[in-house]
Amino acid sequence: MTFLQPRHRSAVIFIACLAVFTIAVTIAAHFGLVSTSFVKTLGKTLCLCLAALAMDLIWGYAGILSLGHMAFFALGGYMIGMWLMYARTAEIVVASLLNGGLPATPEEISQGIATQIFGVVGASDLPAIWVFAHSLPAQLALVILVPGLLALVFGWLAFRSRVTGVYLSILTQAMTLALALYLFQNDSGLRGNNGLSGLQNLPGVTASQDAVSLWFFWASAAALAVAYLALHAIVSGKFGSVIRAIRDDEARVRFLGYSVEGYKLFVFTLTAVICALAGALYYPQAGIINPAELAPIASIYLAVWVAIGGRGRLYGAVIGAALVSLLSSWFTGGRVPSIPLGFGTINWVDWWLVLLGLTFVCVTLFAPKGLGGLVDRFAGVHAPDRKGAPLGPDQGSLQEQEAKE
Amino acid sequence: MSALLEVSGVTVSFDGFRAINNLTFSIGTAELRAIIGPNGAGKSTFMDIVTGKTRPDSGSVTFGDRSVSLLKLSEAKIARAGIGRKFQRPTVFEDQTVHENLTLALKAARSPWAVLAWRKSAQDEDRIQALAGQVGLGDSLERKAGILSHGQKQWLEIAMLLAQEPKLLLVDEPAAGMTLAEREKTTELLVDIAKTRAVVVVEHDMDFVRRLNCKVTVLHEGAVLAEGSLDHVTKNQAVIDVYLGRG
Repeated sequence: MTFLQPRHRSAVIFIACLAVFTIAVTIAAHFGLVSTSFVKTLGKTLCLCLAALAMDLIWGYAGILSLGHMAFFALGGYMIGMWLMYARTAEIVVASLLNGGLPATPEEISQGIATQIFGVVGASDLPAIWVFAHSLPAQLALVILVPGLLALVFGWLAFRSRVTGVYLSILTQAMTLALALYLFQNDSGLRGNNGLSGLQNLPGVTASQDAVSLWFFWASAAALAVAYLALHAIVSGKFGSVIRAIRDDEARVRFLGYSVEGYKLFVFTLTAVICALAGALYYPQAGIINPAELAPIASIYLAVWVAIGGRGRLYGAVIGAALVSLLSSWFTGGRVPSIPLGFGTINWVDWWLVLLGLTFVCVTLFAPKGLGGLVDRFAGVHAPDRKGAPLGPDQGSLQEQEAKE
Repeated sequence: MSALLEVSGVTVSFDGFRAINNLTFSIGTAELRAIIGPNGAGKSTFMDIVTGKTRPDSGSVTFGDRSVSLLKLSEAKIARAGIGRKFQRPTVFEDQTVHENLTLALKAARSPWAVLAWRKSAQDEDRIQALAGQVGLGDSLERKAGILSHGQKQWLEIAMLLAQEPKLLLVDEPAAGMTLAEREKTTELLVDIAKTRAVVVVEHDMDFVRRLNCKVTVLHEGAVLAEGSLDHVTKNQAVIDVYLGRG
């Protein structure tokens, strides 16, 4: 049985854990043990795990520290959000025009939709980029096409010029910041800093949010499972071998005849599309998206999750993203008791970031393998004794402590 | 015999310093050639030019039966055209097993899509086993390359070069840091390889060059100073003055 081979064991265990988790949450929700909002939080967490998987592929395996992947995540959310908002508003406008007695003309309907959506930014016409917003299949295609093309063009320009290491990281930060600043403008066509809202209401669906939240939870779990298996297949084959080689020593890979730039572009675009799909599942659960979601810090968090979970192992990325984002929503939810210290109080809403920062520093210093490294301890896997030498000359190359003997 | 690689009138300068000065060089399809020369003679720059890492200011470099110019091709394309390069220090992928290292090098389509769809065939496995056996790593296929000894890494790299099935092999100081026994084995290996393809060995070590028993090109200040058998060039007064006299 090929799936029981040792190298596939982690994937089998992961899928089993995910299945058990999904069933447990479904049962708990059925008996009212967990609230609808908590199901949504869990569903959103699964989407963040999916984005972290993509981050692990590009950073942990290919060694490219992109700090702009949450831009693709948010773009995916915007693309699906456009349809959700348009179709939902169309329903409302048609219903209200019917109350007027006379059947509404198409012009009246489209005018009504435009005023409803864009009145908030002082416009009454649908911008050109909303031309496909009425069509779900078209917007679903755009979920992949828009972030995919952006990644393709950006990546082509960056990798062709052989921008690597910290310069590439800065460039990706600039990309996400520029995009955020653009979207903050009212005339960007996506409602400026108001963003898109009401995304939790699915057009044409009368089921309660209890049911809808479970649907999205299942969809997120399924997407995570499929992506995990696909990425596991990719990284355990020859392609994974090539990108790990690029991470450790890209010049050598070039002399083997592989187009390093082509591979980087491929991985950059693939991971951007995965992030976009994760975003398209995330924002209907969050209900709202605005340009703050593209802030540079969001993409840095993504890297922090992967670092805390342990880069270069897919389950590490998932563990890191799940743990940190759940802890984050717990600490910032205001339900954690403050600690009075006499001279002041530790209010966790404010101090959570300090705690996260300290954790990041501690993981980097004392557990470079991240939380995923705990698995190695149980499995009896040791790091090689290389007296501190990394496994390749490149900046992103695997460090001694991250490697397996 | 027609030339496999033709380098003619190539000049490169770095900030006004002429690393290669009107260099002309050619090698046949199944020939072993040693290049010697003092430090700064342009040996490494010569390799960089042939493999596409450095672009010359003038001159031409053509390769293969159809005399394709290499000056417009990227490093990866030159490698695919059939030029393999072995660096001075062993550069293998230390975090990957010997088997994975050889699989990476094995001649096959190199595009991302082709690599995604690639499945190992029985012939591929046989080839990997044979190559590993040829360099004495048959028992180490599942070991990480990082834990091999220096000499074993050099051989693994040579095996990876062979797996690429290049027409021309550029080998930079293969004997550096090797024990006497390892040197002898490396010599045999190179002589054997040169029966089916062209091999250029850049070397400092005269004893090693003597063992290769092949035509020698002496570089000095970026140009060819002398060419011929080792005995012939070591008798050349100009060579003695610039190179051998110092040692």
